[in-house]
Amino acid sequence: MEFLSENWGLIQSAFLTTLSLAVVSGICALLLGTVLAAMRVSPIPALRGLATFYVEIFRNTPLTVVFFFLVFGLVYVDVQFPSRFIAAVAALALYTAAFVCEALRSGINAVPAGQAEAARALGLDFRQSLTTVVLPQAFRTVVPPLGNVWIALAKNTSIAAGFAVTDLTALLQRLANANADQLLLVFAAVVLGYLVITLPSAYGISVLERRLAIVR
Amino acid sequence: MTSRTNGEPLVRLAGVNKWFGELHVLQDIDLAIDRGEVVVVIGPSGSGKSTLCRTINRLEAIDKGEITIDGQRLPEEGKELARLRSDVGMVFQSFNLFAHKTILENVMLGPIKVRKQSKGDAQKRARELLDRVGVGAQADKYPAQLSGGQQQRVAIARALAMDPKVMLFDEPTSALDPEMINEVLDVMTSLARDGMTMIVVTHEMGFARRAANRVVFMDGGRIVESAEPETFFTNPTSDRAKDFLSKILNH
Repeated sequence: MEFLSENWGLIQSAFLTTLSLAVVSGICALLLGTVLAAMRVSPIPALRGLATFYVEIFRNTPLTVVFFFLVFGLVYVDVQFPSRFIAAVAALALYTAAFVCEALRSGINAVPAGQAEAARALGLDFRQSLTTVVLPQAFRTVVPPLGNVWIALAKNTSIAAGFAVTDLTALLQRLANANADQLLLVFAAVVLGYLVITLPSAYGISVLERRLAIVR
Repeated sequence: MTSRTNGEPLVRLAGVNKWFGELHVLQDIDLAIDRGEVVVVIGPSGSGKSTLCRTINRLEAIDKGEITIDGQRLPEEGKELARLRSDVGMVFQSFNLFAHKTILENVMLGPIKVRKQSKGDAQKRARELLDRVGVGAQADKYPAQLSGGQQQRVAIARALAMDPKVMLFDEPTSALDPEMINEVLDVMTSLARDGMTMIVVTHEMGFARRAANRVVFMDGGRIVESAEPETFFTNPTSDRAKDFLSKILNH
């Protein structure tokens, strides 16, 4: 226990790094994924094609490769992120947006076609019928799959440790190297850090699911 | 009842053709509907009557021909089309009320989003319309909490809230339990009496007799016969219409 209190500052800052990586890239992925999903169901073929291309690229590339590309690849075209943290957010958000898009698209497809038809018949344009009628109903059905995406994202933040971001996983490496005798305790602290993020999320998701459920 | 402001019909279909793949669902349709006219479209299932109804606000695009509403040609997709659709009310077989919004919000949505009315104005009008169709007491409930007949009357109020020039009814009573059909037909009949221009796809022959100015009989994607209701029901000219009527009127 003494070991933990000695390193409390480190643990705290690593935890906050992991949490903010997950939250910031989660919000970015949600926004980008929503735009992509709207593109994938739009009546304009070029937009559909572009979004499909994006999704297939990022969904089928390992996240570590995306990190590599953003951190070391873009340097060759003179693009550099202001910090490793921002590079990590970009990699996580770009990658996760593809999964958000697909979850949302399944939700959009689950909204009966008559809902969008009724909206169009009233004179709402494509954007209005999507934002006021289709998406609000789609979001409700995609709470569970989006919850999965969120939990996967929270754990995927650990890849940032390999790219000089001092998150929980980086802390694991550092403390484990320096304190081989306390290995179990270090593991426990780090795992607990992730659980503190994911377990309440799982609970929050199930509450949200029940609250948003609509009767048809 | 037909108060023509000019010689132009309100809705005009000329040489309209549509294919679903190999299937030629609409074949050379010519149809003109005057202001205040109530046209009932009947015919066996698969005759193209629903598709015809849905082409008039371009929920189905046509492959050949021309459709004009109030002298204006139906635009392609986009803002123009959305604007024109706002003048054409539509009532669906399956009601299609917005499931995540209350009854009141369903009726207010179009006026607020499309007509840019204030919330207060839209709400006042929505309550009037809901009272008019007899579901004012249900304003704060969600669609799933209402019976089919009530939902369909809300759907009519939602369409009326846009002050449409013409109303399309696509089999409005086909999904209803028998005891709820009349409450919907009563609302439609009173609309017809008030001079609303209506195109109604239905199997309700009683409504056709009572409220229609004209009956259009379709079969195999064509308009086979078009006549006043009394003439059509008592003295149909085509064999196909005679056969159809003998099958449905015997019961």
